[in-house]
Amino acid sequence: MCRIGAIKSKKYIHPSLALKLMRSQQKGHDNSGFAFVMQDLGGIFENYKNLPTLSMACSDAGMKIAEDYLHSLGFVRVFQFTPEVYPDAKLDIKTMPNYVFEVFQYPKTYKNASKEEKEELLVNSRLKLRKLLEEDDEGYVYSFWEDVLTLKEIGNPKDIGTYFNLWGEDVNIRSKIITAQCRQNTNYDIVRYAAHPFFLQGYTTLTNGENTFYEKNKLAQKNLHKAYIGFESDSQCFLYTLHYVHKILKWPLKYFKHVLTPLPYEEIEKRDDKEVLTRIKTSMANLAINGPNTTIGVLPDGTMLSVEDSKKLRPTVVCKHNDMVIITSEVCGANEIMPDRNSNDDIYTNEREIVVVDNDLNIERIPQ
Amino acid sequence: MKLNKIALDDLPWIIEYESDKCMLCGKCVASCSFSAIKVGVQKRKKVRAISNEEGFSIDSDQKAIPVIQQNIDENDYCRGCGICTKVCPNGAIRPVRNKTEIFGTRYRSKTGESVKRGGRTNLHTEGRTLDKIKVGRISQMTDPSLDALRHTFDLRTNLGRVLNPKDIDLEIVNGELQPSKTKSIPPNRSIYPILIGDMSIGALSPRMWEAVAIAVAYLNEVKGIPIRMSTGEGGLPEKLLRSRYLKYMILQIASGHFGWNRIIDSMPYMQEDPAGILIKIGQGAKPGDGGLLMAEKNVKLIQEIRGVPKADLLSPPNHQGLYSIEESVQKMFLSLNCAFKFKVPVAVKVAASATSVSVYNNLLRDPYNIVGGFFLDGIAGGTGAAHEISLNHTGHPIVSKLRDCYLTAVRQGKQGQIPLFAAGGVGMNGNLAADAFKLICLGASGVFIGRLVLQMAGCVGNDFGKCNACNTGRCPMGITTQNPKLAKRLDIDQVAQNIVNYICATDIELKKLLAPVGNSTLPIGRSDALICVDKNVADRLDIQHVC
Ligand code: SF4
Ligand code: SF4
Repeated sequence: MCRIGAIKSKKYIHPSLALKLMRSQQKGHDNSGFAFVMQDLGGIFENYKNLPTLSMACSDAGMKIAEDYLHSLGFVRVFQFTPEVYPDAKLDIKTMPNYVFEVFQYPKTYKNASKEEKEELLVNSRLKLRKLLEEDDEGYVYSFWEDVLTLKEIGNPKDIGTYFNLWGEDVNIRSKIITAQCRQNTNYDIVRYAAHPFFLQGYTTLTNGENTFYEKNKLAQKNLHKAYIGFESDSQCFLYTLHYVHKILKWPLKYFKHVLTPLPYEEIEKRDDKEVLTRIKTSMANLAINGPNTTIGVLPDGTMLSVEDSKKLRPTVVCKHNDMVIITSEVCGANEIMPDRNSNDDIYTNEREIVVVDNDLNIERIPQ
Repeated sequence: MKLNKIALDDLPWIIEYESDKCMLCGKCVASCSFSAIKVGVQKRKKVRAISNEEGFSIDSDQKAIPVIQQNIDENDYCRGCGICTKVCPNGAIRPVRNKTEIFGTRYRSKTGESVKRGGRTNLHTEGRTLDKIKVGRISQMTDPSLDALRHTFDLRTNLGRVLNPKDIDLEIVNGELQPSKTKSIPPNRSIYPILIGDMSIGALSPRMWEAVAIAVAYLNEVKGIPIRMSTGEGGLPEKLLRSRYLKYMILQIASGHFGWNRIIDSMPYMQEDPAGILIKIGQGAKPGDGGLLMAEKNVKLIQEIRGVPKADLLSPPNHQGLYSIEESVQKMFLSLNCAFKFKVPVAVKVAASATSVSVYNNLLRDPYNIVGGFFLDGIAGGTGAAHEISLNHTGHPIVSKLRDCYLTAVRQGKQGQIPLFAAGGVGMNGNLAADAFKLICLGASGVFIGRLVLQMAGCVGNDFGKCNACNTGRCPMGITTQNPKLAKRLDIDQVAQNIVNYICATDIELKKLLAPVGNSTLPIGRSDALICVDKNVADRLDIQHVC
């Protein structure tokens, strides 16, 4: 079972905090990987908020492929950050030769482009880049988006932390939102892409559990959007459904839950909005999930959310303290980094609600 | 010399009779609806040697003893139904299958007629595909199984056109979705995934048909199982058309258009919309062949309901005058949709065949979004009457055809949009839940059953040549006859009860299959839940091969 957690803070924080959040939940993971997504960047990236950042792990050849390709599109690199690494034969980590965090200036031709056009460009470039790198297995591109940084690595989370020196409080890399996960999923091969969090166009999700409708979800999602690819993990489906409901259909967030785990017909019958709920349940049946899951998500505007399967077979807890909210799969994680909060205020996400944290850290529970 | 006549050992069943056990009550003869046995006399002569002073003398006596005899006749012959055995108080009589029979040859030579019968395929030349498939995705620690009796399950499926999420016409008002006021979407019903397939009131006795209708109403209203029943071709009683129970009925329109006058006439008086309309293009039990209603069964009541004279009725296999699939969509779907004001899902039933995928493909592209379901009927189905040659030798098994249709929809990203319903020997092995579950995992939105319902009602026929006389109008159980005396044998309440019980049991069993895979809703298209020991089958269906 994965252990997942997300931190949303008013101040910039360092990924070490996510690592610590995960550490106490160690019992649940098998040390096969660690990954995180940082959104709303601070530190050395703070000045580049409106420019896309490429997060990638690759070989030297892969590096060239990527740069050549992006240059051919007209992207110009404006900033590059190479994390200092601390190799040690004793560390349990499968490393890549290069870890790339580069900020690019949009091509000149996009000077007056709309937000949508730019987003489209970024998605297309990332998809193409992934394809190019995949051809000779030269690397992995995790995200190419404004104000987002992603790292995924295979190995023991503790050692990954040591390798990247993530235990220290480096002031260079900071952000206000960090989502992180330990251990990769068990169902499929251990590949870098399979590690949560999954990211697409500002949407991030992490899931703990099992999506027993993976096959159905996958077959349906494949045709819904060009960026719904990979499916290295059954949990990826949550990201695509969230993206589809919120970004493509533009429905209010609360309908995500109605799509994921629709109410039984008998309950729908009793509701005033039964017409709407029936249409959703009928049309979106292939996006429903039916297994033990708990999902944490982040929307492009920084809103964070937590949602569970309707059988309530996996927990998530939402904890708040001063300037920070944590959503995590095991409360011990929150106890470790937020020991002096009032745990009576912890919210254990209910099987029929979405818990939403806004940018002022107000927590709202939206019943299904 | 009787050498050219049909002989006892030509017949498919031979009556085994023990005259010493028989007390000549006559019950067997009276109950045999096929007149396959009669009371006869046998001459018995006993010769005895009596010893006396002169040595011995011969004494003989001669008696005529009444016995039960088998008729040897190509019309009145034993179908092996075993009613005689059932009624005999002494166990003196039973039909025994004659393994070396050549009745088919004799019958054809004698009559110049094709052999007709009821039931479904009797040639079991290979094992059933569905039995080679197992439910193999068993939940374990990370994805706990459910408790079939404790958890709640939402076992509903769709009948009616399902739209792409982008087309369901919702608008956002104050942060809430609302149905758009200007547009409406196609009708859709959420129903139980098992349907009672189309058996007409002419093929069944009115008592049987009524029992099924009662069971359906009871299951809906008391048991909360929203099962639907297709009427079959031929219409239905006016009373029912005008009753509130119409909502559980899917009205069938077949190529004969039998019974539609009545339906149309009743429309202004309908209290409820029917559950759906099913346009029957073809059926798997006699693919490419018309349905038969033998004149024997076309009695007055049926003639009235169907609006026809006394005659053998043949539903032509196709709707005459339909020139292409596109045209069928336009003509039939539009007209029926118009007739019911676009409030009732209109579906089509075809026989599983090489072209069913093309038809389905075409329907998926239907620009009007008015095709409400695709009923795919495979070989090994069948209730009423058909030519034996069609029953046994034509048709496609349902499994791969269903799968092909489902996967073609998947490739276009349209799975589930025109719900697929599959039939053809579903529940043939007695386990409806297992067959239904597997077909659903392969992509069916639901299944429909026919023959199995007859068996729930007490039909003594089986798929190994027993009885199968539904075509004759002489059904010994009163199920498929219009002979009032025979029909009276059927206890309506008991039959309804049996059907209700069977479906309730199936409901539990469906949950018992859902529980281990951890699903509380229907696993439509979850082929990953299935495994198969036969590599060819696994490859063909794109499911996991295990050995
Ligand atoms: S029912 Fe049995 S006892 Fe009665 S006549 Fe027939 S064989 Fe004889
Ligand atoms: S329905 Fe009647 S005639 Fe047909 S097989 Fe069953 S018992 Fe025999």
